[in-house]
Amino acid sequence: MKVLVAVKRVIDYNVKVRVKPDNTGVDLSNVKMAMNPFCEIAVEEAVRLKEKGVATEIVAVTIGPKVSQEQLRTALALGADRAIQVETDEDVQSLDAAKMLKAVVDKEEPNLVIMGKQSIDTDNNQTGQMLAQLAGMPQGTFASEVEVEGEKVKVTREIDGGLMTVSLNLPAVVTTDLRLNEPRYASLPNIMKAKKKPLETVSPADLGVDVAPRLKTLKVEEPQPRQPGIKVESVEELVDKLKNEAKVI
Amino acid sequence: MSTLVIADHNKGELAGSTLSVIAAAKAIGGDIDVLVAGKDIGGVAEQAAKADGVNKVLAADNDAYGHDLAENLSLLIAEIGKGYSHLMASAGSVGKDTMPRVAAMLDVAQVSDIMGVQSEDTFVRPIYAGNAIATVQSSDSVKVITVRTTSFDPVAAEGGSASVESVDSAHDAGLSEFVSEELAESDRPDLAAADVVISGGRGMQNGDNFKMLESVADVLGAAIGASRAAVDAGFVPNDMQVGQTGKIVAPNLYIAVGISGAIQHLAGMGDSKFIVAINKDEDAPIFQVADYGLVADLFDAVPQLEEELKKVV
Ligand SMILES: Cc1cc2nc3c(=O)[nH]c(=O)nc-3n(C[C@H](O)[C@H](O)[C@H](O)COP(=O)(O)OP(=O)(O)OC[C@H]3O[C@@H](n4cnc5c(N)ncnc54)[C@H](O)[C@@H]3O)c2cc1C
Repeated sequence: MKVLVAVKRVIDYNVKVRVKPDNTGVDLSNVKMAMNPFCEIAVEEAVRLKEKGVATEIVAVTIGPKVSQEQLRTALALGADRAIQVETDEDVQSLDAAKMLKAVVDKEEPNLVIMGKQSIDTDNNQTGQMLAQLAGMPQGTFASEVEVEGEKVKVTREIDGGLMTVSLNLPAVVTTDLRLNEPRYASLPNIMKAKKKPLETVSPADLGVDVAPRLKTLKVEEPQPRQPGIKVESVEELVDKLKNEAKVI
Repeated sequence: MSTLVIADHNKGELAGSTLSVIAAAKAIGGDIDVLVAGKDIGGVAEQAAKADGVNKVLAADNDAYGHDLAENLSLLIAEIGKGYSHLMASAGSVGKDTMPRVAAMLDVAQVSDIMGVQSEDTFVRPIYAGNAIATVQSSDSVKVITVRTTSFDPVAAEGGSASVESVDSAHDAGLSEFVSEELAESDRPDLAAADVVISGGRGMQNGDNFKMLESVADVLGAAIGASRAAVDAGFVPNDMQVGQTGKIVAPNLYIAVGISGAIQHLAGMGDSKFIVAINKDEDAPIFQVADYGLVADLFDAVPQLEEELKKVV
């Protein structure tokens, strides 16, 4: 079966972001960028399905500016067979991203789409579910286990109260949670090989999607800083402060 | 202007998160109706009808909604939601799963995890793990919203007297099926709503050592949380993870034990009123947000903390 994996270029998760002084957004110039960690987990899961002989082809797709080809090359180095870039410099919001992915799904007809549950920049947690709806597919969100069983996929999901397992008709969308797997690192030979794997570029217009942001960001600010705290010397002092100063116990 | 709030519930009880979503809906203004969907939810609907500020409760009692399957629930919400200007749910696992499907069905954006309401179309929400706060304006005719419940003080659970109407429509998309669930059993307060939370990290070393935190939690009536590292290592189950991609908590008192304070963890507890950190590394970043920091070995400090607390609580 064919697996489509969607990946996104975002700020590296170790970088602490800075808000621009004019409050129009966060400063991404000269900041280390990387594949969204949940997308790495998605790629890893697809590769494992291929290693198990369940998947036969892995197609990686991204939406973003030219440089986001770096993340597609990473996906190819990790084991994707070919890649599609939807190239745009615009601010692509979840609904438009889902529409573009839907157009790619129509063309590629994958049996399974795997993507991250959220990207660590906008923290929206929307695109997978929106794609599933637009493509008329069921969804297994926040997945910690994925098992393809014939015409169905069994997905164990991390929910507020614990874990829930659902069985979905294929084709389906799965969004990854942290415990699904531990992504591997790309080896040097695989990074070299990835440079030769096919990478196709299309535009949103080619896909028939008109990028139309519905949400306007009016401003972006730093969060309220916390008042600096103190170090206490002993447990007795801590409990005394909690009781008599903070009055929280 | 009118809002449909999608209720959270479990084991036949209306969840406290719904009272916070109603509070967010009140901040927007207009009539507020509540949709309760599930199997055998009559009691939940009655509870929702008593919540302050509710106009009408719509009860959709059907097998198709019994396990919160997003494929089915979203069809119901899109149908019942016609005519409302705002559709709102908590940013819990059901709201996150379902509302984007509703938004896509209606061809509108979703505003996720709002922590403030500025006007009927302008909302405040965290981005980049809460390291930046965005104010966003929606140009859509219908606003689909999930709410960060810790940012809104719940409305009163009693005092209202809304009518309850039953909804007959049964949507089974036929795409997905419930197989099983493994729910954490606990007599402790709900992590997301507790007044006191004590969390353990990788420094706890194993799941057994969490018993030390349980003893402290027993004294304080606290809920127990964990860092991702503690969950990944299998010390405790996933539903205890606090952070950017886990649960958001904002208790009066948060005690972080053997947790370094990565930005992803701070994203989930940084709005706590008082933060205590117990860590043996005096340079651990958690001390930068702690009101009271104790540099100590947790294996000495936590049992002592239990003893000292018992003297005063
Ligand atoms: C996409 C993504 C999402 C993430 N989401 C989350 C999330 O939601 N929540 C979350 O928590 N993390 C999240 N993380 C992980 C986060 O980056 C950190 O790795 C994690 O929070 C570290 O957990 P920790 O503090 O328990 O472990 P560590 O960073 O290893 O810290 C352990 C601490 O324990 C202290 N310690 C050890 N032994 C003792 C002792 N005997 N006495 C006292 N102190 C001791 C050490 O000094 C150290 O500071 C995410 C990461 C990524 C990439």
